[in-house]
Amino acid sequence: MAEQTVTVNYGGAVNAALRRCLAEVPETLLYGEDVARPGGVHGVTRGLWKDFGDRVFDTPISESAILGSAVGAAMMGRRPIVEIMWADFFLVALDQMVNQAANVRYVSEGRLTAPIVVRTQQGNSPGACAQHSQNLEALFLHVPGLRVAMPSTPQDAYDVMVSAVYCDDPVVVIDNRTLYFGAKQEIVTGRPPAPVGGSHVRRTGPAATVVTWGAITQRVLDAARLLAERSVPVTVIETPWLNPFDTDAVVRSVAGTGGKLAVVHEANTTAGFGAEVVTRVAEAGVLRHRPVRVAVPDSRIPAAPDLAAALIPDSDRIGAALADLAAG
Amino acid sequence: MSQQLIADLRAMRRIRMFEEKVTALIESGDIRGSVHLCSGQEAGPVGACDALTAGDALFATYRGHGWAIARGTPLRPMFAELLGRATGMNGGRGGSAYFSAPEYGFFGENSIVGGGAPHAVGAALAGRFDGTDRLAVTVFGDGAMNQGAVHEAMNFAAMACLPVLFLCENNRYSELTPIRDMVRNDRLTDRATALGIPSARIDGNDPAAVRETVGDLAEAAREGGGPAFVELMTQRLVGHYVGDAQQYRGPGELDEDRRNEPIARAVRELAAAGVPEADIAAAETAVRDEVEQAAAAALADPAANVDSVREHVYG
Repeated sequence: MAEQTVTVNYGGAVNAALRRCLAEVPETLLYGEDVARPGGVHGVTRGLWKDFGDRVFDTPISESAILGSAVGAAMMGRRPIVEIMWADFFLVALDQMVNQAANVRYVSEGRLTAPIVVRTQQGNSPGACAQHSQNLEALFLHVPGLRVAMPSTPQDAYDVMVSAVYCDDPVVVIDNRTLYFGAKQEIVTGRPPAPVGGSHVRRTGPAATVVTWGAITQRVLDAARLLAERSVPVTVIETPWLNPFDTDAVVRSVAGTGGKLAVVHEANTTAGFGAEVVTRVAEAGVLRHRPVRVAVPDSRIPAAPDLAAALIPDSDRIGAALADLAAG
Repeated sequence: MSQQLIADLRAMRRIRMFEEKVTALIESGDIRGSVHLCSGQEAGPVGACDALTAGDALFATYRGHGWAIARGTPLRPMFAELLGRATGMNGGRGGSAYFSAPEYGFFGENSIVGGGAPHAVGAALAGRFDGTDRLAVTVFGDGAMNQGAVHEAMNFAAMACLPVLFLCENNRYSELTPIRDMVRNDRLTDRATALGIPSARIDGNDPAAVRETVGDLAEAAREGGGPAFVELMTQRLVGHYVGDAQQYRGPGELDEDRRNEPIARAVRELAAAGVPEADIAAAETAVRDEVEQAAAAALADPAANVDSVREHVYG
């Protein structure tokens, strides 16, 4: 496929990646609840049904059947891309991810594989209820056999999806729906698929290293920009891939920023992946300062927008925590 | 007719003897961990697998030894798998309850009740696009009928008109609890009917009846008729797992089961048809030798290599 620059928002980037994979990888299928004729509840899969016919189809509201049939089809050599409309809905069908998809390769000694891609989206948006607001990436990161990505930019959304489809393992790609209709940006399409993994240094500065992923990355960057204006420049590493996780890049950065580390995520604090990042850096022996986690303070998420906003870290709260870390 | 029944008897005894040997290897401490046997249910796999082709994909449950054997999986790597040997079908990673042999069209047992049903749907779905039109078969017990995943899989297959056979082995017990106590309507075929899926409740102790019914439904499914459901009425002569005290059994229940079970019944029918006793017994001797040799070879195989334990988590 030829390299090309296109201007799209996040949702458009996912659509472009899906379109490319459907065109380029004949084994792909795309299905889920409302993904074909309706074009997806957020419009992300719009138009694909028209161009790829019965390889793109709508399913019953049956998450176990969606995920399980993807596993079975993948065992036979297909590359199904399926959608779980909200990450919260994964929970009714976790068996098919944790007991089934993640085990296929291992227990068959590699004779069978389950290269599926599960697209989902998560997080809070104003007025979303408790069962449409959770950030569940840590659940999947606790499960060997799965790959997990959480992009935040249109370019990453495109690249992650292409890498996921070409990956031979089951991959969970978690979007945040507040990103879908963001500003259009130029992205490069058509590059050769990259292996899964990798991270981006979004800002550099010696005062501390901040590790983050997903939609909250933008709030971290806003906070970091304000800090830099106050002469407290921090390094921000965005890790769109959480498994495989770019531990080396994080450890190197922390070593170069005075042994100071903060991790910011929208998920709950306890047993969030931030705890794992802190531990890995601690084990690497480069921490020289008390590490900081900025996350939701272990709570259910309320429906009222003002109440939810009181829980989910905004750029002020992130900035204050980073300023403390840098000054400490 | 007698010739087919002798062949069936031999195939059923092969499964029974494999499992009897497995039981002996548990008692001797060579096989460790939970093992679920299908003794008494052999007519299902023997009859049904005859109606399948090499390209069909079968998904079983943890009570799946019989189905693997009926698909043609050799006994030695099966014993080796249960024994944790390097030569095991899956190098010791699958074990008794979760092994697979895709080269024989056996796409795995499953330790989660009903967990494999959606996989069969996917295998059939794949066949629509890979030019094979493969038939997919999922086997589960009566207990799995109360699992959401099975219901979802059946409706999905019906919706997409996929060639999937749902085979329910009704051995009367959902693990340790009678299925009749766990449902209001114990005609499990009614659930398939409600979903628009043709169904049949048949004598699961008669390999010929199973062969015929599964053959007819498989043919209809291959011709585009969509999924079908078969309830095989049968019994297990052993516990849910090896070591199950089976206190849930009623008095005399197992005696009746032993009269009805397919091997005893086949022997009776052959004798009644005038087949000489020596011919009936001969079907047993050859199989016994095969089972003993396979077990001995597997026992002599090296243990699975501990250094490889982290291999195959990712590609």
